[in-house]
Amino acid sequence: MSIQREFPPRSEQLSHEDLLELYRTMVTIRIFEDQVQQCFLDGMVRGTTHLCQGQEAVSAGAMKALRPDDYVTCTYRGHGQCLARGMQVTEAMQEIFGRAGGVCKGKGGSMHLTDISRGLLGSFAIVGAGLPVAVGAGLSAQLRGEGQISATFFGDGSTNIGAFHESLNLAAVWSLPVIFVCENNLYGEYTPIRETTPVEDLASRAAGYDMPGSIVDGNDVLAVYDAMADAVERGRRGDGPTFVECKTYRQCGHSRTDPAKYRTREELDAWVARDPLPGFLKVLGDREILSPAASEELVREIEEQIQAAAHAAEQAPWPEESRMGEDVLV
Amino acid sequence: MKEEMSYRDAIRAALAEEMRRDPTVLLMGEDIAAAGGVFKATEGLLKEFGPIRVRDTPISEMGFVGAALGLAVTGYRPVVELMFADFIGVCYDQIANQIAKYRYMSGGQTTVPLVIRALGGAGLRFASQHSQTCETWLLSVPGLKIVCPSSANEVYGMLKASIRDENPVVVIEHKSLYSVKGSVTLDEASAADLDRPAVVWPGKDVTIVASLAMVDRSVEAGQALAEQGVEAEVIDLRVLRPMNVEPILDSVRKTSRLLTVEEGPEVGGWGAEVVANVTAEAFDHLDGPPQRVTLPDHPIPFSPPLEDAALPGAQRIVETVLGMCGR
Repeated sequence: MSIQREFPPRSEQLSHEDLLELYRTMVTIRIFEDQVQQCFLDGMVRGTTHLCQGQEAVSAGAMKALRPDDYVTCTYRGHGQCLARGMQVTEAMQEIFGRAGGVCKGKGGSMHLTDISRGLLGSFAIVGAGLPVAVGAGLSAQLRGEGQISATFFGDGSTNIGAFHESLNLAAVWSLPVIFVCENNLYGEYTPIRETTPVEDLASRAAGYDMPGSIVDGNDVLAVYDAMADAVERGRRGDGPTFVECKTYRQCGHSRTDPAKYRTREELDAWVARDPLPGFLKVLGDREILSPAASEELVREIEEQIQAAAHAAEQAPWPEESRMGEDVLV
Repeated sequence: MKEEMSYRDAIRAALAEEMRRDPTVLLMGEDIAAAGGVFKATEGLLKEFGPIRVRDTPISEMGFVGAALGLAVTGYRPVVELMFADFIGVCYDQIANQIAKYRYMSGGQTTVPLVIRALGGAGLRFASQHSQTCETWLLSVPGLKIVCPSSANEVYGMLKASIRDENPVVVIEHKSLYSVKGSVTLDEASAADLDRPAVVWPGKDVTIVASLAMVDRSVEAGQALAEQGVEAEVIDLRVLRPMNVEPILDSVRKTSRLLTVEEGPEVGGWGAEVVANVTAEAFDHLDGPPQRVTLPDHPIPFSPPLEDAALPGAQRIVETVLGMCGR
């Protein structure tokens, strides 16, 4: 079933400042991810990292619809969600560099960015693991009765794992204010979705749990915002969970070591042509909210900020070995 | 105030007291509300506390155990029941990878005050998938507490303490103890310690460390041994993780002999942990090599005489101790 869509769309009520903020958020995510990619190639970021270039509109649009006291869980490809939710660039960068000043004191890394103070209840490295946690946070919200939402972000691959199904079922049967935001970027790691999933539209799985779902162009930040805002309204009213499927594409490989040879040049080019950043920049230009010159200035400013954060992270102190055993039991 | 009650009733008393004391304590599990639990431990709690706080779940261990984590980091204190400890396998990721690691991976941003009550243990002919105690499945996972109450009084006090604990605690309840009665010291305000093993039967000739249902069998063995002039000291391990071996070391320094008795595997069992620690810390006090009495190395069989033969009984404990004493 589809959800009741607000008409006219709620995005029409966004101010010029709101729209600029959306663009700024997407640019920040893009430049941050590009910077992390470069740092990884330079050997300054270790292990692995999962980047989201091309998927920025999902994070920016969705977070815009939430309140500060809402809850969020995301996956190991969660830098975009965390930044869009307000995690500080410096703290995120230091965490990815494993430094003591990281948001998790260097103990989590790229895959586990967490900031409880902003309702970011965790980035989870096990596929599907964040969904039950979001269900619990949704139950917490329902019990508290203050209209909070619990939003969980996951990929198309997650919709095949058991925890996904258990979570949708629980949220539906308990009518919880949970929003399941699926970033369908057409690949579960290296494998295209058509080889693993019998349905093309993942929102159809929500119907199996009697849950409304909507499908949006995940590269259109205002469309994402609208779908999310409608789902948020449903949840705050006490009408239960919603599934929001965002069709999108990651322009990079699954992880930093993946050259993504499993997809064609044509496919990549077609999606790059629908890149959410120039797409929205055009909208801002048409509405005379942001001129090309101003946008270049904005990009320059953010580039400087993020380069400075990377440089600072490189110089920042490592965690003390003597404190490695802290934060286990209280 | 002391009252004679069953292990089952002691569980219920503990849950009710803690729920009255703290409105953020919630219960979740399969059949715990309307049916009062398949083993009746939660009978009456739905009536007193209502369906919001005493909640029946679908058969979705990954879902509701993970949900317990979400609740615990957003202001609630969930107590989740696993109908059979064997179901830890179904939600192992949520327990070992998510709950146990959450505080650490976040750099200590919050605590995770949740309790998982897991009903384990053999002797009731439930066959291999419904008879394991499973504490060893979690023994190697940092970030969890694991407690093993051996009596009505212990389950009452330790369950209360577990609910008050700011850490994630797995409580292994033994289903064959559910109907066993004991004297329980009821006190709403207090809770047991989760610090240390306890000497339940003092002696001087051999230290027997046991847990859960093996404590009573070890005491039974101790009584039989006394008739043969061997005074065993039986220690209830109580808290498996974090394990405090100091009381065990104190005992071994007195007795010079160590036997562990566990309803669990020999390979990777907690007995090996105790033996390793005691050997390292009190080697010079040992008159002979420490011994372990454990389950045999195969799944628990259904057939009643086979199950009974598999479970360590007082006789086997007695024979092992006599062997250690050179008899």
